[in-house]
Amino acid sequence: MDDLIPPKILLAKLGLDGHDRGIKVIAKALEHAGMEVIYMGMRVTPEQVVDKAQKENVDVIGISLLSGAHKTLMGKLMKVINEREMAGETLVLLGGTVADTDIDPLKEIGVDGVFPVGSSLKDIESFINENLKRRE
Amino acid sequence: MTLHDEKSNDPLKESENKWKQNELRDTLSKTPESKEQFLSVSGREIDRLYIPEPKKDFDYLNDLGFPGAFPFTRGVYPTMYRGRQWTRRQIAGFGTPSSTNERYKYLLAHGQTGLSTDFDHPTLTGYDSLHPLSEGEVGRLGVAIDTNQDMSELFDGIPIDQVSISLTINHPAIILLSFLLNHAEKIGVSWEKLRGTVQNDSLKEFHGQKTFALPPRGAYQMTMDVVEFCTKNVPNWNTISISGYHTREAGSTAGQELGFTLAQGMAYVEGGIERGLSPDEFGPRLSFFFGVHMDFFEEIAKLRAARRLWAKIMKERFHATDPRAMLCRFHCQTLGSTLIREGALNNLIRGSSQALAAILGGTQSLHVSGYDEAHEIPSEDAMRMSLNTQRILGNETGVVNTIDPLGGSFFIEQLTSQIEEEAWSYIEHIQSMGDGHGLQEGMFAAIENGYIERSISEAAYEYQMRIETGEYQVLGLNEREEDSIFPPELYEHDQEEEPRQIERLQAIIEARDSAKANEALARLQKAAKEKQNSMPAILEAANANATEGEIMQALREVFGDHQDPGVF
Repeated sequence: MDDLIPPKILLAKLGLDGHDRGIKVIAKALEHAGMEVIYMGMRVTPEQVVDKAQKENVDVIGISLLSGAHKTLMGKLMKVINEREMAGETLVLLGGTVADTDIDPLKEIGVDGVFPVGSSLKDIESFINENLKRRE
Repeated sequence: MTLHDEKSNDPLKESENKWKQNELRDTLSKTPESKEQFLSVSGREIDRLYIPEPKKDFDYLNDLGFPGAFPFTRGVYPTMYRGRQWTRRQIAGFGTPSSTNERYKYLLAHGQTGLSTDFDHPTLTGYDSLHPLSEGEVGRLGVAIDTNQDMSELFDGIPIDQVSISLTINHPAIILLSFLLNHAEKIGVSWEKLRGTVQNDSLKEFHGQKTFALPPRGAYQMTMDVVEFCTKNVPNWNTISISGYHTREAGSTAGQELGFTLAQGMAYVEGGIERGLSPDEFGPRLSFFFGVHMDFFEEIAKLRAARRLWAKIMKERFHATDPRAMLCRFHCQTLGSTLIREGALNNLIRGSSQALAAILGGTQSLHVSGYDEAHEIPSEDAMRMSLNTQRILGNETGVVNTIDPLGGSFFIEQLTSQIEEEAWSYIEHIQSMGDGHGLQEGMFAAIENGYIERSISEAAYEYQMRIETGEYQVLGLNEREEDSIFPPELYEHDQEEEPRQIERLQAIIEARDSAKANEALARLQKAAKEKQNSMPAILEAANANATEGEIMQALREVFGDHQDPGVF
């Protein structure tokens, strides 16, 4: 990271899941770490996330899911991301209740980082700083 | 009567000072305390020692009294657990109704004494299983209930006139309760015989749990329709379970949990009075639901404060005269957010400590969260251990032998008063936002201006920072354990449950007389618009096999939709 423009992060919850404590804590923490955070709130569709990500030209898409529907919903999100050829430029992260056995399959479909409940904010922050795609 | 009057307290102060200057100072000079400040989980500074303090102490008769008598600080019943232990009520729900029905029968066979239903997200938010937004979530975190017939299948073979039932649902509460009432009618159980609770706490959905389906005012109207209808027709049913659990899960402190919850409760009492009901009529059927966090004494004090404060509110503010209308009867659940993923079996220890706090706090029913829930929804084994936790605490430890055993402790009493005062200050603040129109308008304003949600988020962030900095140590989070034990067996979700439920629903829709369903929905919309009670039309629509999603859609057309403001 040699430029001073802070990374721009888009956070959202897909589907009908209402557990938004974690994502709001992360939003605050990343903002305090100097990043630019846009939080779309809950009940957002994959298409809405990708539209916003393109419009705002974000570096990171962070999704939080504690609904157990991560396979279905992240599959849909990655499909839209791939269709719009954003996979090479936008870092995609998932946080929430994700069973250990689901992590590899999620990475295989293109999710860059998975942070199960209990992950530390510092780890998330440094993962973002170390893995930003456009700035390497 | 305080424990010590001013005069006799002087020697105490003198002794304390002597102790501070001698024994304490000697020890501190050799071995300082491990931290400068000792904080409760909610961030409250806890003193080294609590001693009798005339200004802070309690007046026994006015502040504590006797169990089953005003102000109920020590318990809601005169004999408490000596009469009957709390209800062991583990919540359950997943997949199709028949899968959950099997789990219910398993739980009842393993020591459970009441049922509680967890609904999936589509049901909680008022969408049918075949709605595009529901994809991937049907039957995932709870059971999918779309129609009357699903409800009948859920409780098939279960004696609903003997086992009490809790329906954990909020904005669609009026719909799901209608399904249950129709089921009771179908199997010949009269509504008077039904005992149980519907959560029906619409206001908390905007800051806790957040499975809203309607905007605040429309949702509140539905909540009050249930209260009004049940007060007249389902007399033994608890019409609202006024909930702090989800507020706490969202990250609030103990004081916020209590303050916001009782503020919600007051808004509902005002609504009942507005409908011409007397607090003595509907007050006895309001119940509460609190979370239990890890801070043992803070949680016990919170539960005691809840009883005292609610009793005063009902008596002094709403002029209830029937003592039953002053009771803060509650269900407790050990908080899911305190479960740690790494070393999941350690959660059994957390659960038993939290359960003990709930019991010492005088709970009426209890759910101990499963040790494996940071990985998946609980396995059968995990729920069995939760039940066993309750059986062991109830039968082997002797904590049930006497009522409110911690009452009179200098620490517990001072903490109880502090939390009560803190909760009251939140209530007053919310009230001030209502421009003189009580808690009802205060709550609407506090929801709309984001005050409640923002306060909770700030507390959640502060708590997380204490973990990040290591100030608050949690095993498996910021304190590592070598070779932690993985849960033996996790729940495995059956991916076929979603298509199965969708197929069921499609068959019901095809077989019904849709014109009849639509007529009932039109009547519902008319009632909702004219602020007539909606429940008769919903019962009718449900009997015509209108789906939950269709009924909610009819209401959305009247009241509008609600968007998450995305506040953080």
